[in-house]
Amino acid sequence: MKEFKNSSPKVDFLPKVRGEAKFADDISFPDMLFATTLRSTIARGKIKEIKLPDLPEGYYFFSAKDIPGENVVNIIFSDWPVFADGRVNFIGESLGIFVGKDREFLHKLCENTVVTYEEETPIFDLKESYIHKAFTKGNYEEAKKKAKRVIKETFETNYQEQAYLENQGIIAYFDENDKLTLTGSMQCPFYIKRAVMRSCALKDDQVRVIQPAVGGAFGGKEHYPSMIGSQVAIAALKLHKPVKMCFERFEDISYTTKRHPSHSEYEALIGENNDILGLKIRVKLNGGAYKGCSGVVLSRALIASCNVYIFENLDVVGDVYMTNTVPTAAFRGFGSPQTIYAMEMFIHHIAKEIGVDPLELQYKYIAKKGDVTTNSGHFHDDIILKELMEKAMNMSDYKRKVVEYAKPGCNKGIGMSVFLHGCGFTGSGESEIINGKVKLIKDENDHVHCFASSVEMGQGNETTLKKIVTNTLGIPEEQATFNYPDTDFIPDSGPTAASRTIIIVGFLFEKCAKHLKEIWKPGVRQEYVETYVGPEYIHWDEATMQGDAYPGYAWGVNIVEVEFDPITYQVSIINTWSTYDIGRAVDERIAVGQADGGLVQGLGYGYLETMNFADGRFKNRSLSDYIIPTFEDAPHMETEFIDNPFPYGANGAKGMGELTLVGAAPAVSLAIESAIGKKLQKIPANPEYLMEVMKHEN
Amino acid sequence: MKISFKLNGKPVSLDLDPSMRFIDVLREVLHLTGTKEGCGEGSCGACIVLMDGKSINSCLLPVANAIGHEFVTIEGLKETKEFDVLQKAFADRGGQQCGFCTPGMIIAAYSLLKSNPHPSEEEIRAKMSGNLCRCTGYQAIVEAVLVASKKGEGLW
Repeated sequence: MKEFKNSSPKVDFLPKVRGEAKFADDISFPDMLFATTLRSTIARGKIKEIKLPDLPEGYYFFSAKDIPGENVVNIIFSDWPVFADGRVNFIGESLGIFVGKDREFLHKLCENTVVTYEEETPIFDLKESYIHKAFTKGNYEEAKKKAKRVIKETFETNYQEQAYLENQGIIAYFDENDKLTLTGSMQCPFYIKRAVMRSCALKDDQVRVIQPAVGGAFGGKEHYPSMIGSQVAIAALKLHKPVKMCFERFEDISYTTKRHPSHSEYEALIGENNDILGLKIRVKLNGGAYKGCSGVVLSRALIASCNVYIFENLDVVGDVYMTNTVPTAAFRGFGSPQTIYAMEMFIHHIAKEIGVDPLELQYKYIAKKGDVTTNSGHFHDDIILKELMEKAMNMSDYKRKVVEYAKPGCNKGIGMSVFLHGCGFTGSGESEIINGKVKLIKDENDHVHCFASSVEMGQGNETTLKKIVTNTLGIPEEQATFNYPDTDFIPDSGPTAASRTIIIVGFLFEKCAKHLKEIWKPGVRQEYVETYVGPEYIHWDEATMQGDAYPGYAWGVNIVEVEFDPITYQVSIINTWSTYDIGRAVDERIAVGQADGGLVQGLGYGYLETMNFADGRFKNRSLSDYIIPTFEDAPHMETEFIDNPFPYGANGAKGMGELTLVGAAPAVSLAIESAIGKKLQKIPANPEYLMEVMKHEN
Repeated sequence: MKISFKLNGKPVSLDLDPSMRFIDVLREVLHLTGTKEGCGEGSCGACIVLMDGKSINSCLLPVANAIGHEFVTIEGLKETKEFDVLQKAFADRGGQQCGFCTPGMIIAAYSLLKSNPHPSEEEIRAKMSGNLCRCTGYQAIVEAVLVASKKGEGLW
């Protein structure tokens, strides 16, 4: 077992292990009512009539006509209505909510409602683009003239369900001052606040959002709680009573947002000396019925489309397509797992095609400090990718195993992926759009209270952010407190997303604590607010997608070893070895936890988790037919960090939450390729797909 | 219908619909919210409680089948020495992240160690495979159970 260096007791540990922490569905209020959603049963059409059953006293129905403000969910692109108005665009879209005392009876009301539609032909294929982005680097068409051959491949990735253990759930109630307050499972308290202000036509001082314990999120609770938050707020305002809506698992799997499925076409130009002269990349994402945050997901997918490799000539185009399906949105990695998978597979396939050792080809093109990035910005900081690769290869005895597993009939395989993740919001968004703030208050007893909108959802930020403060101040950890965010008392430090909590909010806390230290007067109440100012050298043009895409990058290597059963086509993962450059870990135990959890979630994406879609709906309805890795599927994992302190991070720390997921799918796919000797171009590499591949010559 | 059972060492007698799920009796009638519901169909283990010393999914148990049995939930287990060893081991190895699966994990680990005080890594993975965790990747929990097995020598 690994000895953890610099690790602190987890702040929220005891109440959770003792079952005392209150998650959304553990919270109740006197007179509280429940809400259940009436959902569309068709994928596309006009609503002609909603015929409600007789509502007994104490039961209510709320729909589009009851919305006091705008009927939109406030997301980056606000096209998703709080309640469908006049038409529906996917199966499961909310038509309204029934509210009342008995949860079971609310389901009966839904069943006894008759909705008549004028059906239209739904779109399930990727043919109607509603977001388009493109950029170039160098001149691809010129480079093509020098190419001796062109290699083309297509890669496909499926949906992935976040499958947090705690389903979505929000409660709207009135606080001690009769102010509308929302609490529940969330990632971004201010997103919910602003969404409710917009849908309920309320002012800034009329809505409060308080975070309770959150049972996992992984991106799935970045935007969706803004919708159900708006819905329960509308009912609570009308009834002046607390209203709770907590989803059951089938509802969460069937109707909440997931990872974008993708279809990517890659074309490489091969020159005289087996050089890769350039790439042409076409990425298609399925955005579902509403855009929401898909434009930003597409940006990240395209920015990551060459992964860690530097090519001189690029022609990159991406589209998000409207389909009459459940909208797709944020999920750990946010567009990059799709293209990093494609690029990692592609470079290995190219190496094989041109008869070069993949490692040699990778070394030729991996990024170095000062290189011009995919988006024609620069890598400003030290890059230690070679060191990370060599360490992981030594830990796993990689080179020997590659040779050994190439022998026919051994049914074992090993694969390695290298990858990066840009931390924080795209480009200069952190300084120009988010403008994150944190606050420290030192009370008369010299106890320090930390205030930020970062949500603890398992990733340990209550512990790590507080630790950054106490380390900077040079005080014991018990002398500081980090409470769950309450929008009445915290500054907006931005959403808990984009691997920005440590690199941005942590950096802010470090700066804030440095100031507090300078002005520290014992026994006196003191307060300090710090606002984010990013590195001056970061410049980004959103319209042309040119410039420095992120304030900083974290890097990683995953090596995965598998065993393949040629009779059942089942894959077992035996071992994994990972190395990461996350700058410097704030708390090693928490960092290893992120690494392990992200890797297993990414492995699930790569070879196991299968969403089946037919006739406008997911066939998966539960955790017994959407299989996530169990104790028995998850491998033994070895993880090492190599320090490479980042000048704009708290004590050198960068982000890591998403980094640990993005390399797993290509690593396990390459390991399976090594075991079966066939080319893979699709995830999940489940037994059905492997059977198909094994039966075809390629 | 009148339903009696023993819960966390104390007798409980309630007038209930016999088809009610035991988890709903715990959470909604008795307000013991340490037992969590993750799936409602016995695949995630977040609702695991001890029934006569063995771990069961409380979402699958109609309360009629609880009559005359003895139950321990996290609210009862947290007062024991065994719990203390387990929670320290979970803290030490980082076996908790979001914490939603943790009460169920602790009860499953307790039940495993009581029947097998010295499990191998493989036995832990097999016996606890009915408990899902989406945060940790499981290794930290496996290590926590190994640590608890050692530190709690004699207790199991």
